[in-house]
Amino acid sequence: MLVVSRFRVVSTVIICLLGLIFALPSVVDQKTFDRLPSFLQHTVNLGLELRGGSHIQLEADIKSVEKEHQESIIDEARKQLRKNNIKYNRISVQVTDKGSSILIALNDVNDIPKVTKILSKIEPELEVTSNGPRITAVLSQTFFDNFAKRIVDESIEVIRHRIDESGTKEPTILKQGTNRITVQLPGVDNPAEIKKLLGKTAILTFHGVDEEMQSIQVKDGIRPHLPTKPGVMYLPEEKGNGMKVYVPIKKQISLTGKSLVDAQMGIDQQTGMPCVHIKFDSIDGTRKIAELSTKYLHKQFAMVLDGKVLSAPVFQAVLTGGSAQITGHFSMEEATELALLLRAGSLPAPLNVVEERSVGPSLGADSIADGKNATIFAFILVSLFMILSYGLFGFFSVISLSCNITLLFACLTLLGATLTLPGIAGIALTIGMAVDSNVLIYERIREEIRAGIKASVAIAKGYKMAMMTILDSNLTTLVGSIVLYEFGSGPIKGFAVTLALGTVISLFTTFSLTKSIIALWMRRNRHKEIVI
Amino acid sequence: MFRLHLIPYGSKFDFIGMSRYILSLAVIVIVVCFSCMIFKGLNYGIDFKGGYIFEVKMPNVPDIPMLRGKLNNLGLGEVAIQEFGTKEDLMIKLEKSEEGSGQEKAIQTVREILGDGVVYKRIETVGPKVGEELVSNAIKAVTFALLAMLLYIAIRFEWQFGVCAIAALVHDCAILFGMFSIFPLEFSETSITAILLTASYSINDTVVIFDRIRENLKRYKKMALGELINLSLNETLSRTALTATTTLLAVLSLYIFGGKVIASFALPIMIGIIVGTFSSIFVASPLLMSLNLKRKDDDEQPKDRGIPANLG
Repeated sequence: MLVVSRFRVVSTVIICLLGLIFALPSVVDQKTFDRLPSFLQHTVNLGLELRGGSHIQLEADIKSVEKEHQESIIDEARKQLRKNNIKYNRISVQVTDKGSSILIALNDVNDIPKVTKILSKIEPELEVTSNGPRITAVLSQTFFDNFAKRIVDESIEVIRHRIDESGTKEPTILKQGTNRITVQLPGVDNPAEIKKLLGKTAILTFHGVDEEMQSIQVKDGIRPHLPTKPGVMYLPEEKGNGMKVYVPIKKQISLTGKSLVDAQMGIDQQTGMPCVHIKFDSIDGTRKIAELSTKYLHKQFAMVLDGKVLSAPVFQAVLTGGSAQITGHFSMEEATELALLLRAGSLPAPLNVVEERSVGPSLGADSIADGKNATIFAFILVSLFMILSYGLFGFFSVISLSCNITLLFACLTLLGATLTLPGIAGIALTIGMAVDSNVLIYERIREEIRAGIKASVAIAKGYKMAMMTILDSNLTTLVGSIVLYEFGSGPIKGFAVTLALGTVISLFTTFSLTKSIIALWMRRNRHKEIVI
Repeated sequence: MFRLHLIPYGSKFDFIGMSRYILSLAVIVIVVCFSCMIFKGLNYGIDFKGGYIFEVKMPNVPDIPMLRGKLNNLGLGEVAIQEFGTKEDLMIKLEKSEEGSGQEKAIQTVREILGDGVVYKRIETVGPKVGEELVSNAIKAVTFALLAMLLYIAIRFEWQFGVCAIAALVHDCAILFGMFSIFPLEFSETSITAILLTASYSINDTVVIFDRIRENLKRYKKMALGELINLSLNETLSRTALTATTTLLAVLSLYIFGGKVIASFALPIMIGIIVGTFSSIFVASPLLMSLNLKRKDDDEQPKDRGIPANLG
């Protein structure tokens, strides 16, 4: 006799009911859904290709930041070398495929120990090697790794701020590998605006303007010959009328946008042009802007964003309140965007878009409808086939198959897993493969009956004999899918989740549900002849 | 009562006898498929190669040759334009991939060429580096998964079983890859998932048969190995056919009703299931013969048949 304990039957029924309760919210209409208690208001998380939206992968340009860091080391090293009266031929940053390194060619080989010491004082994480009078210094791998990690983590924070500020709902922002960031934006099918927001580093700095050098005005697109002076650089300013002015600004940064606490779009009282009102934090920023405006009172200074001069006005008064306004040739939109970027903070490294996918809502809806149809037909075909092959017992496995699908949906909902297009295909396939355990058992029972054993005994035996086979084949699949989940990425991970869940659930339905049904049926029909 | 029997009871196919020819045929097929992959290569999709995909609905029936001409002039590599469903629905692929701001410009230019009133259902842009990483990640994941399964089978059975199961998997994968290469079907991220599904189906199928062989090895200690494997294959044949049928039915409905994207995914799986079923019978099992399988000659009594079992 096939015996299943009462506890097992009850717990099986409870699990199946729970599955039904958690799977239902995914299929009811919106009205019913809103009336559900809050713990049930979870649906299967649809992947972007199903619900419509954009997926953007960004790569942080860490090498450029590394190079910048090395250049600042060189600036310091130059000073130190001069101070210590060490002669050199050349000092520069060398960029190769592998990364950048600092190169110093000395006049005298005997200076090497001194220079090494100077370098390690400026940056302890430099690894210095020498070849004759030439010194090569690179940042150590651990430093670089930490550096990269910090840059990516900071970037993620800034991106989150920017996207939140732009009003986009439910973004998913994830780190990928060492220097990639994935941004998923449901419902956004034209991400050009957001990409523009993400692509800007938005580093705002205030500089003094050199008074001895002349500004140079040219037409757009023309690159004039620019005079040079140590500590001074020419940066372009758009004038808005097809003209560009190159402004000689001091390299030294007097104030950065980091100490900002607020930025809002506004209208300049004097010109009536859009501008951005900024407010500095009460201690550091306010003091610095007061100092700067005292130093440059009635003199020209420049506000620089990402290597471009926004405007170079003259301080009319000493600013003591910690507020200021950024003027420039902005449109309303540009001023609003700049205010947003300043509020969200600047990116520590430039970000490049390396991958982008966007799916319009109509395609997603079509895919869902197609997936649904395919799943329903798969279910019908498999059910018919099982009933044709095994009669009543085939019908039992159809019941367990429906529970299988319900539980799969419930688990996907509870785990917050994302259902993708291959995921839907995975579900349809699970339908095909889930009956395998039943087939194994039924075939075994048939064999036992043919060997001349009484049907009721044969059923118990069939279960017992098939158990090991089912465990082995399913555990093999499970082991494979766990490894796939661990090492795979993107769709492979999603596939692994569906596969693993499907395997575990089909084990449950076979050994608890179908078994209970058969055991109960047999108790009722003890004396009937059993035909499988 | 009517019962559908795909395989009549008591089938006595001589699989081992056939396997000599079939195994050598399989080796030839594997070699052909692999050399095709090496010399002809795979028709990598945008996922791997980098590039652009636009799926659009045009406001009216478009002049495809003219569009193609215009897009070709952009210098964005090979241009492929396909009708996708109705005459207004187009799938446009551009092969060249760029990094950084070039992407945005390219998308903008294509939008300008297509004109107004176009509904953009899907736009994908993949940079060249991302593709390379995807391939290496996928290969790593699949290799580890195979090794883990090999290890599991080796522990649960004997190492010979593990080796044979993996040999069957290599056979399946070779044929699938070969198909992708010969017919040039587009090889994308979903294709990898399709191959994985095939692999997991195939290993499942193989394990079921191996399980029966293991059981029969204990039961019939004196039976010749070839005869024993034949017996086991015939005993499990009905189940093999039934499960393959139900799974094929499910994939078939994916192929017919699942829409274009899912259909392109279902096709390799259908072939994979047939190949996987074939390989469990004709590759994995006969190979056991040539791997010097150790048979335990202990005095353990053969497993009983007929004692009622109580399960609770």
